[in-house]
Amino acid sequence: MPPKIQMEPEPGDQTPEVGSATDVAPLGRGASKPAHELTADEDADVADWDRVAATEEFKELLASKRRFIVPATIFFVVYYFALPVLVGYAPRLMETRVLGLNVAYLFALSQFFMAWIVAAAYVRVAGGWDKTARRVIERLDSGRKEG
Amino acid sequence: MTTSLLMFLVFVAITLVITYWAARRSTGSSAYFAAGRSIKGWQNGIAVAGDYMSAASFLGIAGIIAFQGYDGFMYSVGFLVAYLTVLLVVAEPLRNAGKYTMADVLAYRLKPRPVRAMASLSTLTVSTFYMIAQMVGAGALVSLLLKDSGVTYRSAVIGVGVLMIVYVVFGGMLATTWVQIVKAVLLMAGTILLSILVLANFDFSFAAFFDAVRHVTYTGADGRPVTQDFLQPGLRYKPPYGALDLLSLGAALVFGTAGLPHILVRFYTVPDAKTARASVVWAMGIIGVFYILTTFLGFGAATIVGRDVIAKNGGTNMSAPILAQTLGGDIFFGFVAAIAFATILAVVAGLTISASTSFAHDFWTNVIHRGTERAPGEEVKVARITAFVVGGVSIVIAIVLGPTANVAFLVALAFAVAASANLPVIVFSLFWKRFNTRGAVAGLGTGLLASIVLILISPSIMTVDPPTVTGAARHLIQANPIFPLENPGILSIPLGFLGAFLGTLTGREPSAAAKFTELVVRANTGLGAEKATPH
Repeated sequence: MPPKIQMEPEPGDQTPEVGSATDVAPLGRGASKPAHELTADEDADVADWDRVAATEEFKELLASKRRFIVPATIFFVVYYFALPVLVGYAPRLMETRVLGLNVAYLFALSQFFMAWIVAAAYVRVAGGWDKTARRVIERLDSGRKEG
Repeated sequence: MTTSLLMFLVFVAITLVITYWAARRSTGSSAYFAAGRSIKGWQNGIAVAGDYMSAASFLGIAGIIAFQGYDGFMYSVGFLVAYLTVLLVVAEPLRNAGKYTMADVLAYRLKPRPVRAMASLSTLTVSTFYMIAQMVGAGALVSLLLKDSGVTYRSAVIGVGVLMIVYVVFGGMLATTWVQIVKAVLLMAGTILLSILVLANFDFSFAAFFDAVRHVTYTGADGRPVTQDFLQPGLRYKPPYGALDLLSLGAALVFGTAGLPHILVRFYTVPDAKTARASVVWAMGIIGVFYILTTFLGFGAATIVGRDVIAKNGGTNMSAPILAQTLGGDIFFGFVAAIAFATILAVVAGLTISASTSFAHDFWTNVIHRGTERAPGEEVKVARITAFVVGGVSIVIAIVLGPTANVAFLVALAFAVAASANLPVIVFSLFWKRFNTRGAVAGLGTGLLASIVLILISPSIMTVDPPTVTGAARHLIQANPIFPLENPGILSIPLGFLGAFLGTLTGREPSAAAKFTELVVRANTGLGAEKATPH
């Protein structure tokens, strides 16, 4: 995929060469806006958004994302907040000794593995969404050629 | 000149040379711009980790654990789990929609001028809070290194702070992706080495280590020795409000990361959604290992060095460096101090640039001058002045707070502001069709105001000190706190959401609603973000 924006500085470009991650707004460019700053009105001529949104594939994509992301988010938020809630409101339980440690520390440690597992599951599922999204775009392209 | 100071200077010099060399080697005239095309998921992941692990992580968390045991580890947990919010909720939609910053996302659907103005104000505030913590860390570190020469904390903060800002502003620091990568690798190496030394001290027996953690002895408030189980929760967050405070801290950490300007922008430096995900996963791997190892840094400092010694040598933030000195001598101390310093410098660079370009571009040019530069180079000039103002304000506040303020706690306040002001409007603009300009301005405004006011009337600013407490350790306002929690999140985050919600209801903006479908399609397919292929 070719790059979206020509990012080579133009002659006379005064953007400092600090180029940190946050150096996002090229300074001193008088010319046209970079793509990421365009508003919806300025960047409208890309596709018929309503038509894309109405396709079955797109609806299926959204539904599929919702099916994973909503429960996964609820799960990790509940699991995470269970730690401060239990530590704060059930201190006796959390101080129970296990394996020379206590429940509080082991539960905190388990949060790291929980985070890694949820992230891994997300990446697995999201690979499928990429394919669906590509199909949506391809269909749009072929539709346009026919028209 | 002492051995440790000499080693410190040598290691800082080496770090700077490596980063300069790495940045030079990367193709293109600017590594960031090149990054937009060619950076790999794992490289971006390490850079995200580098951006994220500031002085707060290395100096601050180790310090809280060394002084207050288990409660400090809650910071470690929150800092990692926060990445699930980033990964599941905001990273991909932002990348797919082709937006760099919060201001870009908001301005897309809403009226650009008011939302850019508020967004830049919020970015400026969050960056300043973050920067204060870095300044406190740098000041404490340098005054510890120069202890024999009688340099005070105050002159250290001024000297180092001004030097850092000048260095960043005049472009000596190449704040590129590569700087963050080099820094992250060094920080991990130092942390792993230090953890191994801690375990070696206990003959590599986890049982012996944790047994020591359960019996930490230090001098209590009444001057008598106390033996305390440091694995027991509640040493920092005590009744009656401790449990609520812990929840409040947890909310700020887990929802704040997704609103941090310098983290969000990293997801646009990768070519596609897949790489964006891969970089979050890499970052989570590195950051997770690092935060698990804070167990050894913090508890190691508590058991091997002890609170009393650390308190006399620079205080809570110096726990990890002093642990390094005790276990590895002056050379290792110099090495660890240099890593900490490089970490601070890299984060200060990122924050300075983020705050000053946001103000110069979003506020000065887009809001005041309606999108056109009056004179060539004006924006650069405004950005430089902003950098000095933000730096100066941070230095002054860092001096007022004094070296005893824990930097992880200070950074958590920046997270609270980000979670209260930025997260509600990002979430609403991505997921709520009716969301409009009034809602965005009201949400950003309430979130900012609520979090700052609650911090000002919290026990960390308002407390009646006993007469024995003198100097910088005294609280700013000698009165009983109005808000009983030191973390504002539990109240200010709902207020931010409420402000955005009610603000939206007061007005109708059909143009914003009309563009919602377009944003949803873009955010979910990446359509248009990669539109270089002509049809």
